[in-house]
Amino acid sequence: MKAVKHIVSRTAVLPTKDIDTDQIIPARFLTTTSREGLGKNAFYDLRYEGDGSVNESFALNRPEAQGCRILVAGKNFGCGSSREHAPWALLDFGLQAIISTEIADIFRNNSLKNGLVPITVDENTHAWLLENPGVELSIDVDGATLTLPDDTAVSFPIDAFAKYCLVEGVDQLGFLQQQQEKIGEFEETRNWKP
Amino acid sequence: MSTLFEKVWSDHLVIDETPDTPAVLYIDLHIIHEVTTPQAFTVLREKGLAVRRPELTLATMDHSTPTTPVTSFKDLAIVGESAAGQIRQMEQNCSDFGLDLIGFGNANRGIVHVIGPELGATQPGKTIVCGDSHSSTHGAFGALAFGIGTTEVGHVLATQCLLQRKPKTMAVNVGGRLRDGVSAKDLILAVIGEIGVDGGTGHVIEYRGDAITALDMESRMTVCNMSIEGGARAGMIAPDDTTFEYLQGRPRVPQGSEWDAALARWRKLHSDADARFDACVTLDASALQPMVTFGTNPGMVVGINDPVPSGNDASFRKALDYMQVEPGKPMTENSVDVVFVGSCTNGRLSDIEEAARVLEGRKVADGVRMLVVPGSQQVKLEAEARGLDSIIKSAGAEWREAGCSMCIGMNGDTVPAGKLSVSTSNRNFEGRQGIGARTVLASPATAAASAVCGHVADPRTLA
Repeated sequence: MKAVKHIVSRTAVLPTKDIDTDQIIPARFLTTTSREGLGKNAFYDLRYEGDGSVNESFALNRPEAQGCRILVAGKNFGCGSSREHAPWALLDFGLQAIISTEIADIFRNNSLKNGLVPITVDENTHAWLLENPGVELSIDVDGATLTLPDDTAVSFPIDAFAKYCLVEGVDQLGFLQQQQEKIGEFEETRNWKP
Repeated sequence: MSTLFEKVWSDHLVIDETPDTPAVLYIDLHIIHEVTTPQAFTVLREKGLAVRRPELTLATMDHSTPTTPVTSFKDLAIVGESAAGQIRQMEQNCSDFGLDLIGFGNANRGIVHVIGPELGATQPGKTIVCGDSHSSTHGAFGALAFGIGTTEVGHVLATQCLLQRKPKTMAVNVGGRLRDGVSAKDLILAVIGEIGVDGGTGHVIEYRGDAITALDMESRMTVCNMSIEGGARAGMIAPDDTTFEYLQGRPRVPQGSEWDAALARWRKLHSDADARFDACVTLDASALQPMVTFGTNPGMVVGINDPVPSGNDASFRKALDYMQVEPGKPMTENSVDVVFVGSCTNGRLSDIEEAARVLEGRKVADGVRMLVVPGSQQVKLEAEARGLDSIIKSAGAEWREAGCSMCIGMNGDTVPAGKLSVSTSNRNFEGRQGIGARTVLASPATAAASAVCGHVADPRTLA
C-alpha cells in the first residue's frame, strides 16, 4: 500500500444519505479478477443515463468536481455489501478521502487497507461542508486533523494501528505473518479443534 | 458476566488488542466464493504464500453462476465472458492451492450461507468469515460470523487470522409470538425499521427473547442474515436444543464422544444473566404484521396495510421518486412485474414451502414473471422430493438451479429497468436487481401472494 500522509484538495459533495456499495460500484462489474482499472465503473449508474449518455446533473460529472480528491458524502456512506471493489473503484477514480458523519464498518475497514482515508466529523462541520462544495481542505493523516479554509482544525477519530499503516504504507498481512509462531501455539494449545 | 459474543470472541484471541494494535483473532471456518477471492489469491501468488489451513476453508461458486435449468452441468452456459473467466479462475485457484471446491455437478453446491449450515460446517462457538456481508447468517447457530473484504480474505487464507478491534454489543429483545402469516422475514424487517440501516454500526447484535427462541433454525438464519442491513457486522442467537437437533448427524458435525464433548461446550454458549450490552432494543412480535419495504434501503419498511410515510428529507424523497411510490397509500396499491423467491435470506426449504403453500391451486397473475431459486442443490432435491417443484411450475412460476440469482443480478437473472419486483432477498438498493429495477423486500408468503394477485398483497387474504 502507498503511504498516505497529507491530502490537499477541493471537495466534491454527494449529500445523499446511505450511499450503498451497489451505487458505488454496481454488482455487474464485480466479475473482474483484477483490482485495477475499476474507476471507470465508480458510481456508474449515477454518472450515466440508461442509454449510456453522461448524466450532466450528477455532482461528480460537473466541471468543478474534476480533480477533486476528497468526497463529502451523506450519513452512513458505504453501507451494504463487503465488496472491496468499492474502495478500489473510488481510489482509481481519483479519490483519496471520504468525509461523512458516519461510514459503514466493512467499507471503512476495506478503505483503510487500501489507502482511502475514511473520516467522520461532527454534524455541524459536516453540514457546512455539504453546503459549501468545492472548498479546499487539508488533511493531516498522522495528526488526524482536517483543516478548513478558515484555518479551523477539526480532529477526526482513527484507529492508531490503521493510521500507522496508512502513514507508513504498511501492508497488514506482513504484521500478521510476524505472528505465525503465536498462531501455531494457539492452534496447538486450544481446548477444542474446529 | 459475559455476553455470548464475548465468550466466542475471547475463545479466539491469539493476541488481545492493545491501544496501539488490534486483536489477532483466529478463524475456524473460512467460506470462499468466486467473486471476492481472485485478487486475494493473486496476492498469495505474488508473495509465494500457501493457504495455512485448507481444511478450514469451504469453497464454492454461487454469485455469478447460472440458474437456468439444465439436465447436465456440462450444458451450463455462463452469462458473460468475464463471469465465465472468474469461474474458471476459481477452479484454478482451488486446484493450485489445494482446496476442495464444491463446484458444478457437486450435489452440495449452493449459496455460501446456505451450504455452511446444511453441511454442518457452521457450528456454535466458531468464528466464521466470508467475503460476503451476509456471513452474519451463521450467527443463528451462536457462531461469531461476519463479512470481510478481499484483502482480509487474503489474510485468512495465509494466516487463518484477522486483525480486529473488539466491537460493541447490542441486545435486540423480541418478546411475544409471531402471529399466523407473519414470518421471521417480517420480524427482521421490523427490527431494521426500528433501529435504522445504521443503528447497528460498530455492534454485534444478539437476538433474544421468546419470539426468537420459538423460531426454527431456518427462520433464525433469516433473522441473523439481515443484521448487516441494520449496519451490524454480526448477529447471534444463543444455541439451544433447536440448534443441536438441526446439527446432529450432518456430515461435518462431530460424531460419537466428540459430539458429546461439543454439546457440553455449546451448552455454555449463552449470555450470562448479568451480562451487559452497550445498547438494547425491545420489540413485541405479537404486534407485527407482514412487512414490505417502500424505499431504497431495508430500513424504509412499512406494515403491508399501513400507508407509506411521507418525509421532507431530500434522500427520502429521492428514494420514493425512484420507487414511484406515493406517500399516504399502502404498498398493496402497487402492481407487480417480477417476483423472486430465493437468496441466502429466504432460499431454504421452509421458504420454498411457504411460497408453495400460497401458490398451490393458484396461478401467477398474467404479466407477472415469478422465479423460484433454491438456495442450494440440496434444497432443490428436497423440495422436488416433496413435489414443491410441481406446485411451483403448475402455478406458472420458473423453478431454477441453485444460486444467488436475482438477489444480486450478476448471472443474467435481472429485473428490467422500471419494473417492480417483490423479492425475498435482502437489499432494495437502487439498481441492485438490475439497472433501474424497483425492489420491494418481503417474506416468501408475501412474495407468492403478490405473484398471484398481480399487486403487492397480504398473504393472509389468501389463507
